[in-house]
Amino acid sequence: MSRAWHWILPHPFLTLVLAIVWILLQNDLTAGMAVFGLILGILIPRATAIWWPDQPQDFRIGRMARYAIIVLGDIIVANLEVAWIVLTVPNDRLKPAWISVPLDLKEPEAITLLAGTITLTPGTVSADLSEDGHFLLVHVLHTDDPDKVRDDIKSRYERRLMEIFA
Amino acid sequence: MTLADLAMLLTALFLLIGSAFVLIGVAGLLKFDGPMTRLHAPTKVGTIGIGMLLLASMTNAAALGEPSFHEVLIMAFLFVTAPVSANFIAKVNIHRRDCDPPPKPPGARGWATLKPTEDAAGAGDRPAGQDDPDAVAR
Repeated sequence: MSRAWHWILPHPFLTLVLAIVWILLQNDLTAGMAVFGLILGILIPRATAIWWPDQPQDFRIGRMARYAIIVLGDIIVANLEVAWIVLTVPNDRLKPAWISVPLDLKEPEAITLLAGTITLTPGTVSADLSEDGHFLLVHVLHTDDPDKVRDDIKSRYERRLMEIFA
Repeated sequence: MTLADLAMLLTALFLLIGSAFVLIGVAGLLKFDGPMTRLHAPTKVGTIGIGMLLLASMTNAAALGEPSFHEVLIMAFLFVTAPVSANFIAKVNIHRRDCDPPPKPPGARGWATLKPTEDAAGAGDRPAGQDDPDAVAR
């Protein structure tokens, strides 16, 4: 029975997200649209299941919501910081740097989320992953202390992601 | 002041803030001189700039009595795709050696984009132009 469920709904959360996206796309909440969204939400994960070989074992939605709020706040602060750097720091005083962030995360989904977060937040862009997947290459726009940036990323984002994908 | 006036003022405020951020993003793109530093201005400032413009659109639609939620979707797609395009541009910069070469990761074999040949690992000569399928994190 549970195997049949798993076959129909390989990714229940994705089903829900697709249904919501469909309703938002229609800009209109009617029963017919909700049902059609659910049908799409069941068909699309089923049809693309081959590209989603496995899913994270544990994914804590509550912690993910808290993480999203923290990241949103950081994005606003990051925007102000980068705007300030653009307007006030002359090019010859700019101190860009490469940093390697050692990763404790193992799941590809978690590393993807971390890389996306880094790109969206304070003056950092994630550029590459080491071949063995243990380091993330990050470019910093302007910093006096690259080691502090690395420790901030680890303590602020990676620690929380470890808890989400615990 | 009626509610409609307030909505109009809010719309104007969001539009102003949004366009200011977009303007700063463009200024950064023009001002910075390295390919990697250039990448920072549009990826950061673009998100809040466009976010504010979308917020203005939502406020205006709600004030006209036709609430719209397409903007939430645009924002969500933007947040998912912006890091990917930034990552690709960064990879191209590393590949073409337009920027300072990144330091090698401690103890590891190298960055996935600059895949070293099996026998010359660590020798420093990285073959350029090899096709590099996106490295899987395992």
